[in-house]
Amino acid sequence: METLLGIKGPDFVMLAADTTHARSIVVMKDDQNKIHKVSNNLLISTIGESGDTEQFTEFISKNIALYKMRNGYDLSPHAAAHFTRKNLAEYLRSRTPYQVFMFVAGYDPNDGPELTFIDYLASAKSVNYAGHGYGAIFASSIYDRYWHPKITQDEAYDVLKKCVVEIQKRLVINLPNFNVSVVDKDGVKNLDPITAKSLAAEPAA
Amino acid sequence: MALAEICKISNAPYMRRTAWDLSDVEEDLKAHTSNLANPYTLAAPPFENPMHNLNLIQANADKTGIKIDFDHGTTTLGFKYKGGVILAVDSRATGGQYIGSQTMKKIVEINQFLLGTLAGGAADCVYWDRVLSKECRLHELRNKERISVAAASKIMANIAHEYKGMGLSMGMMLAGYDKRGPGLYYVDSEGSRTPGNLFSVGSGSLFAYGVLDSGYHWDLEDDVAQELGRRAIYHATFRDAYSGGIIRVYHMTPTGWIKISETDCMELHYKYEEQKAQAAAAAQ
Repeated sequence: METLLGIKGPDFVMLAADTTHARSIVVMKDDQNKIHKVSNNLLISTIGESGDTEQFTEFISKNIALYKMRNGYDLSPHAAAHFTRKNLAEYLRSRTPYQVFMFVAGYDPNDGPELTFIDYLASAKSVNYAGHGYGAIFASSIYDRYWHPKITQDEAYDVLKKCVVEIQKRLVINLPNFNVSVVDKDGVKNLDPITAKSLAAEPAA
Repeated sequence: MALAEICKISNAPYMRRTAWDLSDVEEDLKAHTSNLANPYTLAAPPFENPMHNLNLIQANADKTGIKIDFDHGTTTLGFKYKGGVILAVDSRATGGQYIGSQTMKKIVEINQFLLGTLAGGAADCVYWDRVLSKECRLHELRNKERISVAAASKIMANIAHEYKGMGLSMGMMLAGYDKRGPGLYYVDSEGSRTPGNLFSVGSGSLFAYGVLDSGYHWDLEDDVAQELGRRAIYHATFRDAYSGGIIRVYHMTPTGWIKISETDCMELHYKYEEQKAQAAAAAQ
């Protein structure tokens, strides 16, 4: 039902997530933020089984914070993704698996940007662009068409906009608002949300 | 008995003594009531993978004749506005087609600054609300400070997540007033917990949402807000067979909660009908 989007550029990673919290056929909330700031250079966006998403994301982010307290330096985005994957894989083989789909996005001063796709079976893959949920099916071809290795932040934001427009045009589920966040060498920044309202205000493409 | 031991059947059920002595009784009692001393040792259903198998039992009910009709069906709502938080609920408890009670209290008064609403499995809600009340009181005693709504809802969400998949059924709102001002959280048995300005929970929630959304804005006056909550629940009791009885309205203010009204929904029905008739007569 929900949708996550992610794009990696040469020196940043941009994430978008819808803000709908639905329970059976009812929309309970339309301003739920699903992109979590874990540290100054790390974002995690999560969707999936309600309850699991909050619980697992909090577990991971608090442990990453603990790592920093103990060692005095942050876990690299690459290591954070592995830590997340390993925990998810271990819970998958327990009596209480977490059903979550997530992106771990970060910027490492040495290794550059990193975007990791993780699904509920704990399969993790470093990618240039990807999506989770029904909306991602529509987004994938847009990424293929418009992504290029030297993509800028403005271009990436436009690609995400194209994805949201397509999702709102073709997907039967109502996802009016998307939060957008970006992580680069200057840290984490929240961009203007892409909303049905903001898109309507723009001249038609 | 030596032969039984060699054959490894001395522990088999049919080899046990039939006459129970005092220690057996005590042990049995302990196994079934341990949750009285520690509420978190609540026994799960006595089979593997409770959620899955409970559903199987329920699905096969027609063939086996074994069916558990949990008390279900409710309409509750809560919203924040400039004057605090309004909670409004119905009072009908149903088990399948049967109305078990028309006077149930679905708003739990946890303390002077914290209220909870019940929806879903009545037993689950009542049980865990009692546990929550205890935890909130203990927090107060330990920290010499009332618990925040955020913390109280987190306790509830952690409990719900712990028992996720074992068949609990709850959908509750926690409303309160603390240092951060008015608070309203939605917590359910899926383990999800989320703050918000406006929620409705239960089988009649779809009807309540209709009235609530079309009349709601932040700057409502107190009496208008209370009437909006009452009206939304009334319309849900009218449309939803599983909601009804007495409509209770509570108001959470900076100085604690106030019980605004408890009105039979039938009384409200005739009152609103009359208002409608008068309005129609005046228009002609």
